[in-house]
Amino acid sequence: MKIIADTGKCVGAGQCVLTDPDLFDQSEDDGTVIVLTPEPEGDEAEENARTAVHICPGQALSLA
Amino acid sequence: MTDVEETTATLPLVRKCPFSPPPEYEALRTENPVSRVGLPSGQTAWALTRLEDIREMLSSPHFSSDRLDPAFPMMVARQIRREDKPFRPSLISMDPPEHSRARRDVVGEFTVKRMKALQPRIQQIVDEHLDALLAGPKPADLVQALSLPVPSLVICELLGVPYSDHEFFQARSSKMLSREVSPEDRQAAFEQLENYLDELVTRKEANATEDDLLGRQILKQREAGEGDHDELVSLAFLLLIAGHETTANMISLGTVTLLENPEQLAKVKADPDKTLPAIEELLRVFTIAETATSRFATADVEIGGTLIRAGEGVVGLSNAGNHDPDGFENPDAFDIERGARHHVAFGFGVHQCLGQNLARMELQIVFDTLFKRIPGIRIAVPVDELQFKHDSTIYGLHALPVTW
Repeated sequence: MKIIADTGKCVGAGQCVLTDPDLFDQSEDDGTVIVLTPEPEGDEAEENARTAVHICPGQALSLA
Repeated sequence: MTDVEETTATLPLVRKCPFSPPPEYEALRTENPVSRVGLPSGQTAWALTRLEDIREMLSSPHFSSDRLDPAFPMMVARQIRREDKPFRPSLISMDPPEHSRARRDVVGEFTVKRMKALQPRIQQIVDEHLDALLAGPKPADLVQALSLPVPSLVICELLGVPYSDHEFFQARSSKMLSREVSPEDRQAAFEQLENYLDELVTRKEANATEDDLLGRQILKQREAGEGDHDELVSLAFLLLIAGHETTANMISLGTVTLLENPEQLAKVKADPDKTLPAIEELLRVFTIAETATSRFATADVEIGGTLIRAGEGVVGLSNAGNHDPDGFENPDAFDIERGARHHVAFGFGVHQCLGQNLARMELQIVFDTLFKRIPGIRIAVPVDELQFKHDSTIYGLHALPVTW
């Protein structure tokens, strides 16, 4: 599993950071997503990545 | 209004039970999920009641949030504005790409990390208000003692309103939010608050510092060789109003709900990790700003199998969506263990609430501290005597008498 982030679509809501701060962070400047762990490993991390994709309001996240 | 057609209902539909959505939503969702409805403004619009349809509409680029456009579906009669002082669109009324630029300018102020940094100060404000509550007479009104002043003070400090002006600031905003004042008085409070923020921004422009949000925005604009006074005034106004009554009402509604569900409150008290999931569930169950998810179509577009034509208004009934059994199992149950975070209580798409993480932080500190410091707190009147805001755009409670 690989997390793909489109910062152009990101609205900086921070829902991904709330889901898993080990996978995601936000830019201090404009709040856009920073992927800390592009390839999450383990059931919990993968599940969190799926949740983050599902709830992202800007639909800026996807999985490959 | 030129439409002559059958509408299924006239919005807003009212909650019969204070803890549940209007009962008509279920019939609408199952029989007519994308239906024509009448609005108090005299307009006709589409109402969406399924979670997926609402999410799809809110994330589509073919819907506009421009509240100044005559096509925008209004839940109240359109406000008359003096010609010499036109409305300045705030973030909620802008569309991309203008909205994207304006939101990106300020969103860094509301990141999860930034909100975490505010935690000690919010804790201090909550503690001071609980000190005063405990030192005062019983019963006390929790709305006045805690729910309203905490978010108000926090947003005041974040924006950079001088402490000496605080009483003026709060008196006007309370008046604007009250149903007890006449429309003229409310309009006057609106203009006084706008003038106040206009002057505040002017003062800050003369002496901008990094200490507060407005000062930081001014410095940022200057660095970019720009300067938009009116945009800062409208931003300050939006942040004040949006960050104020919403959180206040969730504090009051959440307190009542947790007290009415002692087995779930016990779980929250026993495990601090349960507070945030409880807050998500409270947000979902109440969905207090449900018509903030209104838009109008800018192109012909199909939603939920229905063709919506350019220029037609759409009301995403987010409270109906948040009780859609296809999105949430057993949706009418209040269950803090649900773990469902895909609700649309903060909206969805590019306009999803800018201050949502501030709201979460405030609610978390308030609930954790309130039930720890006043474990014997209880509602001082029967719940059916509580005055819920059934006819307000933002749902909530007028007063919450508590004792301990």
